[in-house]
Amino acid sequence: MRQRSQLAGEAIAGALMTLPAGIAYLLLLLLPTLATVLLAFSDYELGAPVLGWIGLDNFREMLADRGFGVSVRNTLIYVGLVTPASILGGLGLALLVEAGARGRALFRAVFFLPVVSLTVAMAAAWQYLLHPTIGPVNAALRAMGLGTPFWLSSSDTVLLSLAAIGTWESIGFNMVLFMAGLTAIPRELYAAAQVDGARSAFDRFRLVTWPLLGPTTLFVLTISMIRSLRVFDTVAVLTQGGPNKASEVLLFTMYQQGFTYLRLGYSAAITLVFLAVVLALMWVQTRVLDRRVHYA
Amino acid sequence: MTARIAVLALLGALVLMPYLWMVAASLKPVSEIFRASLSLWPEHFAAAENYGKVLARVPVLHYLWNGVVVCGGILVFQLLFAVPAGYALAKLRFPGRGLAFGAVMLGLLVPPHVPALPLYVAASGLGLLDSYTALIAPFTISVFAIFLFRQFFGALPDDLLHAARLDGMGEWSIVWRVVLPNAWPAATAFAIFSVVSHWNDLFWPLIVVQGHAHATPALGVLYFRSEEAGDDFGAMMAAAVLMTLPLVLAFLLAQRRFVEGIATTGLKG
Amino acid sequence: MAGITITGIGKRFGATVVLRDVSLTVEPGEFVALVGPSGCGKTTLMRIIAGIETADSGDITIGGRAVTRLPPAERDVAMVFQSYALYPHLTVRENIAVPLAMRRLSAVQRLPVLGGLLPGARARRRAIASEVERAAAPLGLAPLLDRRPMELSGGQRQRVALARAIVRRPAAFLMDEPLSNLDAALRVQTRREIVEIHRAAGVATLYVTHDQAEALTMADKVAVMMDGALLQISSPEAIYADPASLQVATFIGSPRINMLAATADAEGRVDVAGLPVGLRAQAHSALTLALRPEALRLAQEGLPVIAEHLEFLGDGLLLHARHAPDGAAVIARLEPEAREKVQPGAALRLGFAPERALLFGADGKRVAARADARLVTA
Repeated sequence: MRQRSQLAGEAIAGALMTLPAGIAYLLLLLLPTLATVLLAFSDYELGAPVLGWIGLDNFREMLADRGFGVSVRNTLIYVGLVTPASILGGLGLALLVEAGARGRALFRAVFFLPVVSLTVAMAAAWQYLLHPTIGPVNAALRAMGLGTPFWLSSSDTVLLSLAAIGTWESIGFNMVLFMAGLTAIPRELYAAAQVDGARSAFDRFRLVTWPLLGPTTLFVLTISMIRSLRVFDTVAVLTQGGPNKASEVLLFTMYQQGFTYLRLGYSAAITLVFLAVVLALMWVQTRVLDRRVHYA
Repeated sequence: MTARIAVLALLGALVLMPYLWMVAASLKPVSEIFRASLSLWPEHFAAAENYGKVLARVPVLHYLWNGVVVCGGILVFQLLFAVPAGYALAKLRFPGRGLAFGAVMLGLLVPPHVPALPLYVAASGLGLLDSYTALIAPFTISVFAIFLFRQFFGALPDDLLHAARLDGMGEWSIVWRVVLPNAWPAATAFAIFSVVSHWNDLFWPLIVVQGHAHATPALGVLYFRSEEAGDDFGAMMAAAVLMTLPLVLAFLLAQRRFVEGIATTGLKG
Repeated sequence: MAGITITGIGKRFGATVVLRDVSLTVEPGEFVALVGPSGCGKTTLMRIIAGIETADSGDITIGGRAVTRLPPAERDVAMVFQSYALYPHLTVRENIAVPLAMRRLSAVQRLPVLGGLLPGARARRRAIASEVERAAAPLGLAPLLDRRPMELSGGQRQRVALARAIVRRPAAFLMDEPLSNLDAALRVQTRREIVEIHRAAGVATLYVTHDQAEALTMADKVAVMMDGALLQISSPEAIYADPASLQVATFIGSPRINMLAATADAEGRVDVAGLPVGLRAQAHSALTLALRPEALRLAQEGLPVIAEHLEFLGDGLLLHARHAPDGAAVIARLEPEAREKVQPGAALRLGFAPERALLFGADGKRVAARADARLVTA
């Protein structure tokens, strides 16, 4: 009797405790996401009284649109630059910071600082730093007798400059994740590696550190790609996709189509492409790569 | 050993470069900035003009206050929804639990940009654009927070709850008196993660806010840049310093907690 | 000369002295157990011998070579770790091969696929593979060679760690509490296996343990360490029956050795609470008379005790009692038949052969004593 009433009480309490979250989930996440999927197959424009179903037309337009192609290409280049740079940099910094006790907290804080800094404000600082004529970077290059690129205002260097800022922003984040991974490696494995004949630090890295960091590295890889895929703030603040669409990226295109031109249907279709890429990356992580880095 | 410190110091200086030049420029008069000298130290201090200009022309304190209201509002609702849900998913048996957890896992896959368009249409339809509600509401449900708390509460020993039930506590008083006091480590970690991401967010505020009244710090910098500063880099940098300062100060005061908070939420996310 | 010789090893961590002037020799083919309570410095000593930590002072010779300043890789020692320290991403086969591959293959030859194509690498890899199988077979690891450590039981992991140590035929084995993570039954079985491995390899072995039973059953020689200093190095028999100090006497043996306050008068007659016990020693006012539980038996005359309770062990009986004059706890190991004669609360007498009694001075050092035939009380 008591058992049953307790179970019923538990069931009621459980349902009640999940109810607020459930309602919010439905209204703010699930329905809007489904609505985005529907919008992608419509020609809806904000303020338009009616909405027409146009099937795959939005996606056809996307394929035909050179601007969209450029946007995808730029996004991939950006991800291709920021991901390896911020992962290798983060790993290198983590190894260097963890290698000794002295200055560990200080340097960890220094490298992590960009993660907590207001991106928009730091973008403004970078704009000054990279200013073609009055910027300190070019002033230094000039003093060394080197060329002075137009960084953010030349289509040749704008993606590279944005990628440098993006790397600067996320390297500390990756470093902290790698540091957490490093501290989870048992100390005795390094002792065993030394006794087994791993003489150099590089031997020990190959025998112990790198394989045992496998799960961390895979995770950092996925999260870095997804984070850099979302690049928006720096583009919106610094280049607005310019010059001449040279820094047009996926989310910025989506933002412009949706909220500047108010073409919500087309914008939703771009959003779906973005979602598909994110889901594909997560799928690769869990289905394919996870098996190769976990040893259980 | 000293080689390590030397390399770290060099790289650290490189990473700090934007901050150093930002602060330096905020102290220099325009004429000095335009000379593009490589000296960080200003010859003439123009801090008063630069910072004065920012404070006079845009409501800096109001932006910061908006940032506090928005981040605080988001966090309160996130915790209010996620803590009980996380506990129920971790420890209680109820019909629909599997479904609810599936929904959480599904939600984890969806970046916040995806529901943005319909939410914007809805906010516009309800006349809620340019309001705190529009800034806060879409983020009140965090599936990530539910997931995090579920993992965290899952690690609480069942015997603790059995003991509480034997002591005569109901499920609600267990949440209130046993679970909540034990939720602090997860809650602080999540709070840091949440505040950092929403304080820095530009995408959503840019969509729903039109004027100064509800502008967040990120928007404030943007407004000042496009409306007031032009090529006045001294004032621009002063504005950037003012908007960056609060979170950076909080970080410097509790940097261990920040790093751990981001690492634990990052690794689980 | 080969084996392990360490002389005058000292080590401190900050202000705490961990090892003070430790000297020890492990002859070739000898099995020495280093035993002591946890925190006594024995693991630190072992890590210093392996080269994982450096000593502040002292010298180490392994296999006749001075290795004090050499890195672990060049010391020609193999070590079995308490946690086994197996590489989780490598199979059993690859784990055992690591010490050979690290020594015989260059960094390039060790590369997964490409390395095998380089000149000379294939022959060396084949040699390594056959040596791995030869080391694994006697430990029963042959069917497990392609598994990963996570898929093995504790005992199996332990054996992989042993195989990784013996595969290289080092000049010395170091074993750091290798059995402490196993359950009791497996521990007893593995003890014997380790002894057999040692006998087959004939290599100087230093075995660290906090379990005195392990030390006594396995070793040729037992070294007892406390507070960073070696107290006694002797055969297991001598450590048990002839301890040099009260500290050693109390640490070795379970249940603990009985201790009673004693005095030796001007003529050298040893009394316990006024009762002559049949021993003569140099005059002393504060002696400790120590007796193993199995040295005591029920008798007509002897130490007066009050029985408190009995523990039945199957093949015997432990009598917990109090020494009547001063209330000191006394434990005696009796024949199972004694059960009928002993009731809790009963006043009994416990006798012993004087030559089995040990005498210690106030400083804990052993005091010479001889049996006095005229004064035998029991």
